[in-house]
Amino acid sequence: MIAESGHYALVLALGLALIQSIVPLIGARLRDAALMNVARSTALAQLLFVGASFTALVMLHVNSDFSVANVYENSHSMKPLLYKITGVWGNHEGSMLLWVSILALFGGLVAAFGNNLPLSLRAHVLAVQAWVASAFYLFILVTSNPFLRIATPPIEGRDLNPVLQDIGLAVHPPMLYLGYVGFSISFSFAIAALMEGRIDAAWARWVRPWTLVAWIFLTLGIAMGSYWAYYELGWGGWWFWDPVENASLMPWLSGTALLHSALVMEKRNALKVWTILLSILTFSLSLLGTFLVRSGVITSVHAFATDPTRGVFILLILCLFIGGSLSLFAGRATSLKQGGLFAPISREGALVLNNLLLTVACAVVLFGTLYPLAMEMLADFKMSVGAPFYNLTFAPLFALLLLAVPFGPMLAWKRGDLLGVTQRLLAAGVAGLVAVAIAWGWASGGSTLAPLAIGLGIFVIAGAVTDIVERTGLVRLPFATVLHRARGLPRSAWGTAFAHAGLGVALIGIVCETTWNSEFIATMKQNDVAEIAGFDVKLDGLLQRQGPNYREMIAQFNVSRDGQPLSVMTPSKRSFTTRGSSTTEAALLTRGASQLYISLGDATAEGAIAVRIYYKPMVLMIWWGPVLMAFGGVLSLSDRRLRVGAPKPARAKQRLQPAE
Amino acid sequence: MTRKQRRMTIIGGSLAVLALAAALVLNALRDSIVFFSTPTMVAEKHVEPGKRFRLGGLVQPGSLHRGDNLAVTFEVADGNAKLPVAYKGILPDLFREGQGVVAEGALDANGVFKADTVLAKHDETYMPKDVADALKKQGHWKDDYGGKPADSGKPSNNGKTSDAGKPVATTAQGNPQGAVR
Repeated sequence: MIAESGHYALVLALGLALIQSIVPLIGARLRDAALMNVARSTALAQLLFVGASFTALVMLHVNSDFSVANVYENSHSMKPLLYKITGVWGNHEGSMLLWVSILALFGGLVAAFGNNLPLSLRAHVLAVQAWVASAFYLFILVTSNPFLRIATPPIEGRDLNPVLQDIGLAVHPPMLYLGYVGFSISFSFAIAALMEGRIDAAWARWVRPWTLVAWIFLTLGIAMGSYWAYYELGWGGWWFWDPVENASLMPWLSGTALLHSALVMEKRNALKVWTILLSILTFSLSLLGTFLVRSGVITSVHAFATDPTRGVFILLILCLFIGGSLSLFAGRATSLKQGGLFAPISREGALVLNNLLLTVACAVVLFGTLYPLAMEMLADFKMSVGAPFYNLTFAPLFALLLLAVPFGPMLAWKRGDLLGVTQRLLAAGVAGLVAVAIAWGWASGGSTLAPLAIGLGIFVIAGAVTDIVERTGLVRLPFATVLHRARGLPRSAWGTAFAHAGLGVALIGIVCETTWNSEFIATMKQNDVAEIAGFDVKLDGLLQRQGPNYREMIAQFNVSRDGQPLSVMTPSKRSFTTRGSSTTEAALLTRGASQLYISLGDATAEGAIAVRIYYKPMVLMIWWGPVLMAFGGVLSLSDRRLRVGAPKPARAKQRLQPAE
Repeated sequence: MTRKQRRMTIIGGSLAVLALAAALVLNALRDSIVFFSTPTMVAEKHVEPGKRFRLGGLVQPGSLHRGDNLAVTFEVADGNAKLPVAYKGILPDLFREGQGVVAEGALDANGVFKADTVLAKHDETYMPKDVADALKKQGHWKDDYGGKPADSGKPSNNGKTSDAGKPVATTAQGNPQGAVR
């Protein structure tokens, strides 16, 4: 019964979404408040029913009900409970159900907390949200029903892909989807604005928190996915420029651009049309990502199953929404009132440069992702576009962007003083140059570009610090005043500083890891010692162990440095009997921001085993950076000005804030 | 600055960045993309030594030899032609004779493909798409390759043979080694 109830709840959600797609719009046309308010109730009811449907699927997985095809294909009765739950979205049907659940969640949040929105705007936003939802409910019900029964239920399931049996699956997909799908809100706001033909600074103030929430989750989701790939796949890579990774990077780039352009719109009432376009593009890229991953156009660990009908269906959704929204944009954009102009050297000008570089970088990634597909279809030859391509294209553009990052927050609105800002950034520049010199002297050999990139990272971090120092008057003013000003500083200013510093931190991590990574690969026998980056790694022995649904071979290593024992590391190789496949569980030893990484290869008949040991300097900074960025986002989100549903700040409060 | 001048500055700046990006992309396209070939294509086109490409096909059964210190050699075949491959390092978990494989590297002077990467695959039923397409084109495709574990509602036995002894029955067609014989 659970499966049927779940299925039925999903059908009801589709019905509600269809009502929500049409009735509020009629209400807006007739200026009928009751009809417009239907959107609110249906959005909340939709959330309830999709939630019920999702819960049903979770229960089926937890109960190991193998009469349901989805459970049979992806679960096993011996699987630990955590993976029974996470396995719900470790497959195509379940992950699409998670997708619509999150969509309904965002719709419900707008309905519940959007009381300060004008009634007709809320009606429009929720209607657009329901269009997207209807399309995806139909997709699930027609092509990927997770509640399908099997006529003759098997006794045991086929188990989840072993690579996915990891805590990462509990975190990475939900976070990523919260990001992807979160951008549907800014999309709906943009379409609503175009339909209403009205857009102002207040619109940007409503959109920005939603965009920020989506961006925070997307940032963490991408970082988490990268760390997961790093420790689970067993070869120490953390980014492969795989089309699926690009599919998540593109919405991040354009979403970051959107965050910044919405700022200009909110503060200066400029860049309106551009912000609308970015909202549309960001969600379109999210949809494109869904298409690339779910249609089987490309194969990767993320593409669970390939089925042409699914691909065609998603392609239709894609064309409908991207084509429809862009035509609406083309038709209506000119009718939106243009905002004020500004001098090229100003905060707005800097934000335009930011947008320009981010969108162009995004376009480059899009090109690199789609070009091989296009060539395969048109010219019938296959090729791959990998890291070398992006190193030559994406990296220089991003380097330019990073060079400009410290200047942006320090320029004044309307008309800035570039010379003055340069002088104030002198200390940061000097810090960067010193870092270049130190890195140059310390690293004998390696890439000549690496020290420069490290200097750039230090410059970005120092620039963010300088901005805060300037604003609080540290150094110049007495300490008590500084503290007072620091407290009075808008949270968004702190957010900016953290997010920008995060960029620098990630850059340093990336450069150090790629340039000074050391590697040791050999077959080792018992008591063999490997020497790597000053560590002595001794193989103590191999032992076998039986896990819940796998057997594993554990190698025990004793790590010491200069004769001092440090730690014991136990990488293992698990073989999963049900799927007949194996995974490599790497062992990690963290020393500061650096890590020692051991993974195992095949064992030979004589009791020796192939071992891969890496020493990765500063590798953790790659993920600390995004965490800092997300933290900055959270700080900015808690800023009074942006708080969802916050009343307009009182005048007295405004006077207390220091001038920006 | 007048309105017009300001606007021109911004448009000019945008065009400059776009031009820069276009130049970067065109430059990168010249020598940083890697083409995909099968052994047959390599034989027909006389690929010059040292030019990097991706080689895809099936690992010829019985051709895998492990040398000292993780050096391995094997042959990649696609039904019509074979190409010897040399690699040093740890093979991916799912590397098996008779299975599809994609390796990246270049030919040496003796016509041996020196691979520096052998792509790791994540599922025993996984067939690299490039390999599958190439095999289809050359008529060596059997429907059971790359069986779809989460495909349809029916619990079909479309699993493949694997040395870990999966309980599902395997049809004669399901034997992936049939293709290269």
